[in-house]
Amino acid sequence: MNFVLLFLITIFSLSLFFYGRSKTKSISIEKNIRLNALPKFYGYYLVLWCSIPALVFLLVWSLFEPVIIKSIIIETAANQGAIFNDKNEANLIYEKIKAIHLGTYFGDIDSILKESALAYAKFINIFTNSKVVLIFGIIIASVIYSLKKIKNNNKARDDVEVILKGLLFVSSLIAILTTLGIIFSLLFESIKFFSVINIFDYLFGTNWSPQRAFVRDASSITVAELEELKDAFGFIPLIAGTSFIAFIAMLVAVPIGLFSGIYMAEYASIKVRRISKPIIEILAGIPTVVYGFFAALTVGPFFRQVGENFGLTVSSESALAAGLIMGIMIIPYVSSLSDDVINSVPQSLRDGSYAVGATKSETIKQVVIPAALPGIIGSVLLAVSRAIGETMIVVMAAGLAANLTINPLESTTTITTQIVMILVGDQEFDSPKTQSAFALGLTLFIATLILNYIAQRAVKKYREKYD
Amino acid sequence: MTKEERLKKRHRSEKRFRFYGLASILVALLFVVILVQNIFSKGSSAFKKTVITTEIFFDQDLLEIQNGASQEEIMEADFYDVMIENLIKAYPAKDRAEEDELLKLFSGDAEIEIKKAFLKDNDLLGKTITLDLTASDDIDQLHKGNYPRDLPEERRRISDFQLVIYDYFVENKKISKNFNNYFFNNGDSRDPELAGIGGALVGSFYSILICLLLAFPVAVLASIYLEEFAPKNKITDFIEININNLAAVPSIVYGLLALQILLATIQLPRSTPLVAGITLALMTLPRIIIPCRASLKAVPPSIREGALAVGASKFQSVFHHVVPLALPGTLSGTIIGLAQALGETAPLILIGMVAFVVDIPSSPVDPSSSLPVQVYLWSESAERGFVEKTSATIMMLLSFLIVMNFIAVYLRQKFEKRWN
Repeated sequence: MNFVLLFLITIFSLSLFFYGRSKTKSISIEKNIRLNALPKFYGYYLVLWCSIPALVFLLVWSLFEPVIIKSIIIETAANQGAIFNDKNEANLIYEKIKAIHLGTYFGDIDSILKESALAYAKFINIFTNSKVVLIFGIIIASVIYSLKKIKNNNKARDDVEVILKGLLFVSSLIAILTTLGIIFSLLFESIKFFSVINIFDYLFGTNWSPQRAFVRDASSITVAELEELKDAFGFIPLIAGTSFIAFIAMLVAVPIGLFSGIYMAEYASIKVRRISKPIIEILAGIPTVVYGFFAALTVGPFFRQVGENFGLTVSSESALAAGLIMGIMIIPYVSSLSDDVINSVPQSLRDGSYAVGATKSETIKQVVIPAALPGIIGSVLLAVSRAIGETMIVVMAAGLAANLTINPLESTTTITTQIVMILVGDQEFDSPKTQSAFALGLTLFIATLILNYIAQRAVKKYREKYD
Repeated sequence: MTKEERLKKRHRSEKRFRFYGLASILVALLFVVILVQNIFSKGSSAFKKTVITTEIFFDQDLLEIQNGASQEEIMEADFYDVMIENLIKAYPAKDRAEEDELLKLFSGDAEIEIKKAFLKDNDLLGKTITLDLTASDDIDQLHKGNYPRDLPEERRRISDFQLVIYDYFVENKKISKNFNNYFFNNGDSRDPELAGIGGALVGSFYSILICLLLAFPVAVLASIYLEEFAPKNKITDFIEININNLAAVPSIVYGLLALQILLATIQLPRSTPLVAGITLALMTLPRIIIPCRASLKAVPPSIREGALAVGASKFQSVFHHVVPLALPGTLSGTIIGLAQALGETAPLILIGMVAFVVDIPSSPVDPSSSLPVQVYLWSESAERGFVEKTSATIMMLLSFLIVMNFIAVYLRQKFEKRWN
């Protein structure tokens, strides 16, 4: 149905374009007047008026129709005598009704379901018909309005440009909408989570075992169960594991990245730089799932083998393997940014240092790096935020169980791993376990936001200093 | 310490410092080489599959169909008995148990392969043909040399008797390697020898197409607005801060967003390329806007002023002059953004693309997998045969990324104007 409507809207718009263009052309020839805008702008004007209101309406309608129909149908089913204890059962019944309507349901159909399916068909029909009628109404109204306006209008181009400018503005608002969407979707579930689990129990608890949470509606949990759940959602082991793996990654990435950045900015010939820079940046372009595969199947077992030779017990999902591979992934972030930052240190500073007899490395160590330090710290912070938000490497190569450890040979888990583990497979909405994933997501979002903000401020401030 | 000694020491430390820099570049390059070498050495064998040459006799009594039977009749006919009767003749087995072990050397699709051969040539009833049947995963891995023969029997998946048959096949040149058409045409499967990336390829294609259709126009329009029209005020600043932050938000957060808004609220179908495409578009949008703005900014003001001077409106100067000049940079930024989206895994896992999907999706609203998710799924499987399949999938993924990046670089170098 929607495709037919879209097609019709396109046809109308196109015909209006040609109508408007030829009409204005003939008028301007007939009355021998010079219009302010080219005839095609009158066509554009009609097209915009014909299509935009109808398309916006269609979009909004399509977004809300399923939700509204669902709530109506569930209510009708309840009135018919259907019994459901929570949202999941209601969803199940709704899916059944939908399947009966589509003819793809093969279970037993009782009278309640049958009646509801009939009601569903009725409502779908009503909604579709009213959608078509309303869209045509809107098109006719806006076309009449625009035709009327165009008659005594001499500035179609200006009007078209105002509308288009609005369109441009709306596209740039999508960024804000996305941010709002993220914040609301995370906050919404997190608030539900924190209404069951005390926020301090979450932030300072030292035990993470969400599998203990009962897979069931949060509102029906008894006091005794709640008491038991209290220490199942402790965030400390996760943040410890995350920071630990990120720390190992930075131990790899910062020295290698920084030294290669320095070398490329200060020593390398143009030719070496032109070859080595893109090759190092390949590391940033490789999908993280590839690193995860490499870490889990090659590096992890290799470390365990080496450990066995030295009489050490190394977990095949050790923090060391995950951290090392993550560090390799991050090298280009550190090296490229610090390369840029070092390049923008003014040459006069270096010349001054050479003039008093310093060698190149002394100049770098004592003049260039201190001058570039805020920028370098900014790039390292960006790399840290990348490391704590990284998912696939840790999901595949780090452990699943949350244990509080600082032994890099043992396995440990991270925030992102837990989000994936909780949300993969069957999820029950409204269980504290599922909601905890959103609370973790919110924590992650805030942490990376703060890190990015500080980093961007540092880099920006540094840039301003030498511009 | 004399002056000369001090100087020598300083020069030594200079050399050392320089060496550290060079060494770290070499270490980084070494990692690239090791990674690529590791993946390629594991994956290249997956493009071939092991086949066993078998003689098949189409016995009319077993098939229970007439000469000149229609397509439908053949499709419905039972080829199971024909398969069993012919396969057990491949090696002189003594009893039932040995025959069972012999049958296990062939893939689960042997019956379908025989049926397909019959469908291709209707005139085969009562005749014998030689057919290359796909071998089972264990034999495949053994033949490719990925399976250790010298383990004790109880730790092997292949029995001693099966090894004897295998050696017999090798001796009589009945076993060989063919191009692995299943790897490209099939969907996912529990059997490594039948599993393919056909479904994942189509799923990835739809997802990226939707991502492109949504993200590219919006990103271009938004960057034109911000670069050319936006007044310097608080709203513009706020939009810019938002875009910069969104570009750095971890991808998994977009997965949570999609789960809550697209799946739970709007109720789009789970595990589909449609949802994946929208999620990836939201994620890629800020990553495209940033290079788009940079390429618009690189167009010198003289172009705009020239257009305005001859009477063009602001819009005409932007759309007729600035945007065409910025297009190569815009396109290459978009392609690089799409390449990132193609390799993205975490948000797709959250929207349910990890479901086991055998069928190849025929539209963007069918459940499907995608290339990186397929890599994740197979890497979790225990079968040895999936290791080479995973590596080969990674090879495909990497080659797509390399092609996309080359196109991006080519566009920029060929068409972008240098202004100074």
